[in-house]
Amino acid sequence: MTRGLLADREAVLRAIAVTVVPEAGALADAGWRELLDIVADAVAQRPARVQRQVRLFLKLVDLLPLLRYGRTFVRADARTRTAVLQRLERSPSARLRQGLWGVRTLVLMGYYARPEAQGELGYRAQAGGWSARAAAEAGARLVR
Amino acid sequence: MTSLRCDVVIIGSGAGGGTVALALAPLAAAGRRVLVLEQGARFDDHEFSGRELEMAPALYEEGGGFLTADGAMTLALGRAYGGSTVVYTGTSLTAPERVIREWDVPGVTAGDLVRRARRYAEQNAVHLLPEAELNDNNRLFRDGAARAGFRAEQFPLNLKGCRGSSLCNLGCPNLAKQGTHRVQLPAAEAAGVEVVTRATALRIEGRRVHVRVVAKQPGERGRPSEWAPGEYRIDAGIVVAAGGAVGTSALLLRSGLRRGLPRLGDGFTCHPAFILVGEHARAITNDVGHPKSYFVDRGAEDGYVLETCMYFPFTTAKNLTGFGAEHSAMMRAYRRLQMILVLACDRAVPGNRITVDRAGRPVVHYRFTADVIRAMVAATRASARIFFAAGARRVHAPTAAPHIIEAADAASIDARIRAEHFIPNTTTVSAAHLMGGCGMGRSVGDSVSDGHGRVHGMPWLRVADSSLFPDALQINPYLTIMALADRVAEGVLADFGALAEASL
Repeated sequence: MTRGLLADREAVLRAIAVTVVPEAGALADAGWRELLDIVADAVAQRPARVQRQVRLFLKLVDLLPLLRYGRTFVRADARTRTAVLQRLERSPSARLRQGLWGVRTLVLMGYYARPEAQGELGYRAQAGGWSARAAAEAGARLVR
Repeated sequence: MTSLRCDVVIIGSGAGGGTVALALAPLAAAGRRVLVLEQGARFDDHEFSGRELEMAPALYEEGGGFLTADGAMTLALGRAYGGSTVVYTGTSLTAPERVIREWDVPGVTAGDLVRRARRYAEQNAVHLLPEAELNDNNRLFRDGAARAGFRAEQFPLNLKGCRGSSLCNLGCPNLAKQGTHRVQLPAAEAAGVEVVTRATALRIEGRRVHVRVVAKQPGERGRPSEWAPGEYRIDAGIVVAAGGAVGTSALLLRSGLRRGLPRLGDGFTCHPAFILVGEHARAITNDVGHPKSYFVDRGAEDGYVLETCMYFPFTTAKNLTGFGAEHSAMMRAYRRLQMILVLACDRAVPGNRITVDRAGRPVVHYRFTADVIRAMVAATRASARIFFAAGARRVHAPTAAPHIIEAADAASIDARIRAEHFIPNTTTVSAAHLMGGCGMGRSVGDSVSDGHGRVHGMPWLRVADSSLFPDALQINPYLTIMALADRVAEGVLADFGALAEASL
């Protein structure tokens, strides 16, 4: 159900995601599903007003490059996409900056809150703290 | 609608509400009915998984994404049995004398607050971590600060049996942090105080509190409420509001009390904060060990405080400015990252205030003042110097252009880090220390409450949380909240007989 909230914005969300986190372009289908589910769940937990704003902003991002570059964000190349997001980031309009900040935050959540991405970064925090870390490192030494 | 009576109802169970609950436990033990209402859930010990996606929605209002009205700052509002004491790092500092003197609240002195705070520090097992339990992230800060000419002090922490999970902000999975959920609330309950979770105070009408208890949703963490879901009407002799700066102010505002209290909601302050990271050449211990063991207090001189910190991957990614390859490269260096939290010492100014929308939900209006931006820039420059003095090879600074400063360019820190690069709604800023809205003072002309948290003109209504602060504390606040709540409880006990009889 939550996916339905952004189902018709998936293409632009993907295009933004690979611009914000280039590694997202290498995600397999399961990784994409996880990322999009995290984003959709997060949006679904926000008030209806915020949900509408997110949907509207995604549409706006897709259409913005039409004026200057003659193609939508989804159809634009990586360089153009980056330029569009950078312009939004520095826009004199606080609302546009806020929109980008919000969507960027959602994408970063979708990518970096995944256990797989955290493992790839080498993030290893766990309840066992120091003792668990020492045991893990001793185990790694044994394997080597 | 269920109606019931009690002698005292405490709204909120964090540093303020938990303190009042235990201080009033003798009333419960003597047969009086003392209730604590908590909006959040009561979690079983095994539920603290340490995973961002699971714990943030469970423990924080709006999953930690509550924004100011202009969307430029995220506010962290803890929501659980124990309130924000479940999610803080346990840093236990007493109130700066200069700040309390400036507050100029009759009867409230630094000496009194520090004396009370020390009692709670003892109750909460506050101590300094031994050297062997400090991780590289903290040692590098301490040593780098010394080399860069700053005085780093060690944080006293309220821990018992800390295993160094580093997961404090997601709720300690080892029951080590001595928040009110571990110390004051269980003791109060043992003495007969009733704690009701998933219970939201909707409004106050006279001494009547309208409450909604919600059901646990399928798949949701935490226990069901102690009461059946539904609407309740609670008639109390004394009402103590302790829902935090935002929660208490919003409750009193939607209860229509601003008509008689024109300063209600005014004076909101916080410590706007962002993180800087320094990348080292080698992996360091950063995601193991207590994350916040040292700080540099430049509040009096330069208006900022620097603290060690280490955040989880998504939180870190969100706090780094920018996007794309440069952002990703910094994230991939996660195991080599040292992290510093920069906090600006805010001041109460007109316009920064709390209101409620038509549905009664809190709205926080906040603009960064020029002084705050100046302080954050100065703090960023200081942090960059500390990183490089600690051996970092590059630093990511949110208010630098470009954001990455290489060690070879360390001499250009002042030129690179500038106020014009602080861009609201692009620079990620968050605040966890939320203060004001029901400030203490002399009369309705300058405040909402007096130095014992008595709301002006309503002796049966008390406030016992950080909303009492007439201005920012300029240091981590929880021990000062407990000290003030202790004063409030003292006042309740002194006035209890007369107020309880008057309510009959």
